[in-house]
Amino acid sequence: MSDPILSVSGLTAHYGDFQALFGVDLALEPGEVVAIIGANGAGKTTLMRAITGIARISAGRVRLDGRDITGSAAPDIVMAGIAMVPEGRRLFPSLSVEENLLIGAHARRTAGHWNLESVYRLFPALRERRQHPGTALSGGQQQMVAIGRALMSNPRVLLCDELSLGLAPVVIREIYAAFPEIRAGGASVVVIEQDVGQALKVADHVHCMMEGRITLSGRPGELSRDAIHDAYFGATH
Amino acid sequence: MFSLDTIVQGLLLGGLYALFAAGLSLVFGIMRLVNLAHGDLIVLGAYLILGLGTATGMSPFAAALIAMPLMFALGWLLQTRLLNRVLGEDILPPLLVTFGLSVVIQNGLLAAFTADSRKLAAGPVEAASVAVGPVQMGVMPAMTLATAVAVILGLNLLFYRTALGRAFRATSDDAVTAQLMGIRPQRIFAMATGIALVVAAIAALYLGTRANFDPSIGPARLLYAFEAVIIGGLGSLWGTLAGGVVIGLAQTMGAAINPEWQILAGHVAFVLILMVRPRGLFPRAID
Repeated sequence: MSDPILSVSGLTAHYGDFQALFGVDLALEPGEVVAIIGANGAGKTTLMRAITGIARISAGRVRLDGRDITGSAAPDIVMAGIAMVPEGRRLFPSLSVEENLLIGAHARRTAGHWNLESVYRLFPALRERRQHPGTALSGGQQQMVAIGRALMSNPRVLLCDELSLGLAPVVIREIYAAFPEIRAGGASVVVIEQDVGQALKVADHVHCMMEGRITLSGRPGELSRDAIHDAYFGATH
Repeated sequence: MFSLDTIVQGLLLGGLYALFAAGLSLVFGIMRLVNLAHGDLIVLGAYLILGLGTATGMSPFAAALIAMPLMFALGWLLQTRLLNRVLGEDILPPLLVTFGLSVVIQNGLLAAFTADSRKLAAGPVEAASVAVGPVQMGVMPAMTLATAVAVILGLNLLFYRTALGRAFRATSDDAVTAQLMGIRPQRIFAMATGIALVVAAIAALYLGTRANFDPSIGPARLLYAFEAVIIGGLGSLWGTLAGGVVIGLAQTMGAAINPEWQILAGHVAFVLILMVRPRGLFPRAID
């Protein structure tokens, strides 16, 4: 087995006085897609925010390709190669679609698979709307901009927080259809997903979180519906 | 009722107020910081130009060119060493700090240069004028307005056509998400304050060549600048130019009726416009 590109060990984080993460371990192999599922408040978003340097880490380590990036500032972590599609997309309202994409390349140090042209090829709907304000687009197209913006830094690890939130099933399928090319572009991916079916379909590994801990991990084929149900809502025996 | 001459002079004066206001508008637009020391920083710039001119014998125009990068450096230091430490959710600390800075600058200038009125001597160009149709237009006031338009145009190009401007707007929209793009908001803020003080140095040149100045006049310049920004609509640079022109026109017209009404007329115009358009003439769609 190869060394993980991203490894998180014993990660603990607080949200004010509230402890949101209790020693979370996570490994992402090169080229892999890992899904994290769990109910609201399980700590999924805090985990993403801790990895990207937005939330403070109280204890534990985050390593990218073996290099310790624990406690680095968010801009340094992007430069190191971790990009995030934040929950709720968070497009910049004063920027056009194309400017939103270009600002994603602000951190880019080296050329790679992703540039304006390849992002427009991945999401053709964005090309004709590139002069529109990012926030004037439909929810699905905004999500495409947010993904494209993160890809523009040519990340080695792409974190996607709640891609399918508030989107119609047909739009969700369209967005996940981009995953094979994102992988081919050289990024390993972590997705947070509330839609368990979607997570099982797209991921190589699934982790289920509850109350700040990972309660279940495995390959999609190895996990039974009941086990996921228990890990998701807590066992009720 | 008002002669064409009055209106032209008012327009030209508006250029000066727009220059006072442009830096304030830029800084507010990017980091929601109202710099209460902005007027004093302009006066400081005027003394810097005066000092450079006295020391080397160069003209105020040449001295202003040297003052511009120095003021940029001052702005960068001011932001990184002081203002970045107090920027946050609460808008009160930066207000208090810039208020304190205003007092410090005034007293520092008083100690260094005394309370005597000074003036930047630009030479014969000060008295030169050209006839434009029936109106005699002073060369310096015309240059002031032309410079103001050029500065606003330049800032708009910077804002909407460059990568730095994109980073300015993104940081202004959402500083946390901007960090996820690899942008360092504190560095962006330092650039913004640096550029604002370059504009302040340009404003200082025209302030000092137009009339006398002394260490105490900063707060009144801040007030005109602030009114121009508010009239124009927060965050809109062209609005700031329009706001400066409104104040300039109102003051000149007021003075044409009664010289005692000059300052008052500017403030009255400010209040009237806010009564009709509380968000200013050209508010930005997104706040």
